[in-house]
Amino acid sequence: MIPLWMYLLVAAALFCMGAYAVLARRNAVAILMGVELMLNAVNINLVGFWRYQQPLNMAGQAFAAFVFVIAAAEAAVGLAIIISVYRQRKSVIPDEADTLKG
Amino acid sequence: MLELNVQTLAFFVFALFVLGGGLGVITTRNLVHGTLYLILSLFGVAGFFVLLSAPFLAVVQVLVYIGAIAILIVFAVMLTRSMTSLHEVVNRQWVLSAIVAVLLFVMLTVTIILPVWGQDGSLAGQPVSEVVATTTDLGKALVDGNQYVLPFEVASLLLTAAMIGAIVIARDDE
Repeated sequence: MIPLWMYLLVAAALFCMGAYAVLARRNAVAILMGVELMLNAVNINLVGFWRYQQPLNMAGQAFAAFVFVIAAAEAAVGLAIIISVYRQRKSVIPDEADTLKG
Repeated sequence: MLELNVQTLAFFVFALFVLGGGLGVITTRNLVHGTLYLILSLFGVAGFFVLLSAPFLAVVQVLVYIGAIAILIVFAVMLTRSMTSLHEVVNRQWVLSAIVAVLLFVMLTVTIILPVWGQDGSLAGQPVSEVVATTTDLGKALVDGNQYVLPFEVASLLLTAAMIGAIVIARDDE
C-alpha cells in the first residue's frame, strides 16, 4: 500500500498552491478557486489520517463531509458577493473594491 | 519500498492530476481554462478518496465539487466576462506570496519526511489495518445521537442560511 507520507506530501503541495493563489491572484474568482484547492488539501489529509490511523473511527470521514458542506456554502456566498460587486463597480479585483477605505 | 502495482500506478496518475491541475489554476491567465484545471485537480482528489477506501466521499466529491461548485464558478466566470482574462494575473505582492508559499511547503515537507526517515521511523513501515469502516458506518455515525447528529443538523442549517443569503446578495433589486 502507498505510504501515508506520500498523500501528505501531495496535500501539502496542493495547500501551498492554494495559498499562493489566494495571496497573489488579482481576480476574486481565482482567489475563491485557491480557497477550494486549500479545502481539498485538508480533505486529503483528513481522509488519509483516517485510513492509516483510525479506520474504524468515523471522525475523519465525518469531518471531511462537513468540509464539503462548508465549501459549498462558502462558494455560493462568495460568488454571490463577487457578482454583486461586479454589477456595481464593473470589476472583480478586490484591490479596487475600496469604498470603505479611509 | 514501493511495489509496482495498479494501486501505485493509480496513485501517481491521480497525484499528477491533482498537482498539474493546481499548477494550472495558479498560472493560467484565462479563468475558463483555470476552472477546467480546477476540475482536473478535484477529480484527482476524488481518485485519492477511492484509493483511501472512502467511496462515498469520492462520489460526493464528483457530485458536489465538480457537479455543483465548479459549475457555479463557471457561471461566475461567464457573468464577469470582461474580467476573464486580465492583463496582469498577479498583484504587487506576488513575489512575497511565492516566497511564503514555498517556505510553507518546505516546512510541511520537513515535518512530513522527518518522522519517516527520522530516528524511530515510526510512520514508515507501520502496518495498515485491512478492516475499514464502510459507508453504512458513516451514515450511522452522522445520525447517531452520541456522535455527529448535532453538527450534522447545524451544517444543514448553515447551508440553508448560506443559500438564502446568496440569493439575497446576488439578486438584482432595481
